[in-house]
Amino acid sequence: MATRHQNTLARLMVAPSVLLLLAWMIVPLGMTLWFSFQSYNLLSPGMERFIGWTNYQYFLSDPAFWTAMANTLLLVGGVLVITVGGGILLALLLDQPMFGQGIVRILVIAPFFIMPTVSALVWKNMFMNPVNGLFAWIAKAMGAQPIDFLAQYPLMSIILIVSWQWLPFATLILLTALQSLDSEQMEAAEMDGAGALSKFIHLVLPHLSRAITVVILIETIFLLSVFAEILVTTNGGPGYQSTNLTYLVYSQALLQFDVGGASAGGIIAVILANIVAIFLMRMIGKTLE
Amino acid sequence: MGSITLEQVRKNFGDVEVIPGVDLEINDGEFVVFVGPSGCGKSTLLRLIAGLEDVTSGRIVIDGQDMTQAAPARRKLAMVFQSYALYPHMSVRKNIAFPLKMAGMAAEEQERRVQHAAGILNLTDYLDRRPGQLSGGQRQRVAIGRAIVREPSAFLFDEPLSNLDAALRVNMRVEISELHKKLATTMVYVTHDQVEAMTMADKIVVLRAGHIEQVGSPLELYRSPRNRFVAGFIGSPNMNFLEGAAAAGLGAHAIGVRPEHFAMSTTEGAFSGTVGVAEHLGSDTFLHVDLDDGTHVVARAAGEVPVHHGDRIHLTPQEGRVYRFDQQGLAL
Amino acid sequence: MARKISNTSRWGFTILAWGVALLIFFPILWTILTSFKSEADAIASPPKFLFFDWTTQNYAEVQSRSPYFRHFMNSVIISVGSTLLGLLIAVPAAWSMAFQPARRTKDLLMWMLSTKMMPAAGVLIPMYLLFRSWGLLDTRLGITVVLMLINLPIIVWMLYTYFREIPSEILEAARMDGASLKNEIVHVLTPMAVPGIASTLLLNVILAWNEAFWTLNLTTSRAAPLTTFIASYSSPEGLFYAKLSAASTMAIAPILILGWFSQKQLVRGLTFGAVK
Repeated sequence: MATRHQNTLARLMVAPSVLLLLAWMIVPLGMTLWFSFQSYNLLSPGMERFIGWTNYQYFLSDPAFWTAMANTLLLVGGVLVITVGGGILLALLLDQPMFGQGIVRILVIAPFFIMPTVSALVWKNMFMNPVNGLFAWIAKAMGAQPIDFLAQYPLMSIILIVSWQWLPFATLILLTALQSLDSEQMEAAEMDGAGALSKFIHLVLPHLSRAITVVILIETIFLLSVFAEILVTTNGGPGYQSTNLTYLVYSQALLQFDVGGASAGGIIAVILANIVAIFLMRMIGKTLE
Repeated sequence: MGSITLEQVRKNFGDVEVIPGVDLEINDGEFVVFVGPSGCGKSTLLRLIAGLEDVTSGRIVIDGQDMTQAAPARRKLAMVFQSYALYPHMSVRKNIAFPLKMAGMAAEEQERRVQHAAGILNLTDYLDRRPGQLSGGQRQRVAIGRAIVREPSAFLFDEPLSNLDAALRVNMRVEISELHKKLATTMVYVTHDQVEAMTMADKIVVLRAGHIEQVGSPLELYRSPRNRFVAGFIGSPNMNFLEGAAAAGLGAHAIGVRPEHFAMSTTEGAFSGTVGVAEHLGSDTFLHVDLDDGTHVVARAAGEVPVHHGDRIHLTPQEGRVYRFDQQGLAL
Repeated sequence: MARKISNTSRWGFTILAWGVALLIFFPILWTILTSFKSEADAIASPPKFLFFDWTTQNYAEVQSRSPYFRHFMNSVIISVGSTLLGLLIAVPAAWSMAFQPARRTKDLLMWMLSTKMMPAAGVLIPMYLLFRSWGLLDTRLGITVVLMLINLPIIVWMLYTYFREIPSEILEAARMDGASLKNEIVHVLTPMAVPGIASTLLLNVILAWNEAFWTLNLTTSRAAPLTTFIASYSSPEGLFYAKLSAASTMAIAPILILGWFSQKQLVRGLTFGAVK
């Protein structure tokens, strides 16, 4: 349908978006890259100088980095296992005939709309608090010693909070995918004598595989950058026990004012995210065909 | 007035040449059908006439005026699309009136014309509905109504019946033919269905790979196809082609016989074979016959013929109804 | 298709699903309930579920002790503003990519999406320093622009997937009908595009409202939206459960309602059309 004069107009219409995103990508990222080779501390302005790979050496040899790295992977992996596993089960449940399906859906999806600072605070104070939290009361009611979740199991507690936020997302997407499963296909399988389990393994799971991949990739992108939940609940502590890469970069830069070191960490985070991004882009690119 | 002339019209999409240079004359009031297999360029040719695609080179003349570079609306043509392309957010009335509104016509005149078109197309009761509330046939009529009200110099139809079910397709085919009789306006109609072409056209244009293979009235194409492609494409069921000894005997590379031009006998004939499938329709009988030399042919007999699977049968082509083709597929 | 389902199994699924759903929803329900309690009832042991003295005292106090309303307005201005700004820039782009695709359009779309994958930690420092030197720290303008930029790829993508569903034959029909480009946009395209634009708007307001990396790092008080405001309850005010709950309820209520309206679009929007 294209005629010639319209093409020029089309280019002009795309230009603002492209230029803005180009600037957004190149300028800060370029600066981060530049800083990462500098000795640059906000407390001693005017002392910036080029120091090569020192920041990276420093960052990579810092035990805090490796703790943060492990925490990042544990956080991402833990939340993924819980949300994808739970999401499949929940989606299968919600797909069954029942009364009040619409309301059930609304209740299940709700946590996704809660702002991270609110959910972190609510969980921290009203559930996990060792004195007045609901969990503490349950423990006491059963005659057990209340657990100080955020002090004793900080990372696990954060995984729990983040999973609660992302379980609805996984459920909703898997449910949508489940509902597009051809019912004739299921009936054909039944005619072929397939039981519930073999239908799930041979029909449902393959059908969901694409949606599961999408969930994993998109959640990974967001989970690599979990920040507010840590800031509000544990501040990365005790020690570095609940510090992830994003939080480490934040504390290095804005709490210890070490711009150079933090930038090196930032670049490492970018590389990590890109590995995931490449897979995600391939998946989404296929939908354009 | 509605004559359309194409002079050496060419169209490339990037490096791909879709229309390699077409000359065609469409006279005022004619019903012209572009027919060919999918991908033959028939729709592209129609869209070039409509102005929805730029021509790469060549001229398009409408009513004596060079319209090669003119915007679609200026060509005074109306088009009915395969998907109907109705505006989903407008009522039927507004859909039909849209081109008039765009032309800045007075409201009373718009209403008068909409009522007139709705009357012709049996849409009067549906004017306030949205397209989503209509059946496929009704949507089709709305699309035609939108084309009629403009009183264009020619109508362009792009496979308009392909989304309808078989029964409705037959009805709409008749309706469009009647509309053509009533309006006597030029119509250019694209289809891949040779039955539509045969039943509706004054003039059929057979296309293959962007080339015009033959132009002529339906019976001209039926009686004297210029080549093997046209011979095979026009007529239903398709023409049977025989090669080898039978063809060589007539001095041709291949010979063609239409299913309806075989005489059947249980005792003797030019070709012998075994009946595979016999389709008894009552009015006709179609026999799928495996000839002794391995060729598969279809033969048609009028009425009921008591022949069944496995029977031996002998077929003889009617005198003067054997088409002969050379190595290149051209008719001899 | 129409299967006969025994009533017992239907009731079984109903009870199970409602049980699980209420468990998942419970933290939100508990927050809302607590917001109507006195501070003493809020930490009572055993906890009081429904039988307590209902009071709206906490809502009044949250507002009187802190400029709650200002933070609420900040959230509205920042989330709606960044979304509208994003739409303004994205609509023409998505439009032309959907209707006038060029050979590179797909690559361009993928590249736009890839900018979304850049981790915030990678650009936090330069953004912070640039904002500091430009005087944009803790300003609504600054945070609005940043949120617009991080959501721009999603906006372009969502609009693109919606626009692409408008059949190009309709646009051609409009051109055959004599519509000028202006008329084509006013009478045909815009009415057909409005639903897509509306759901894009909805989803992006939600995303911007809940954004909690840039808002926490680039705003502190004047321009602080509710995310930052609530984070300030971390301690010691967080121990006043009833007031914390009241503030939280007010922060999540509007978006929870918007979210329920947009759950269908959510799947499409967040998976960039990969799951429908």
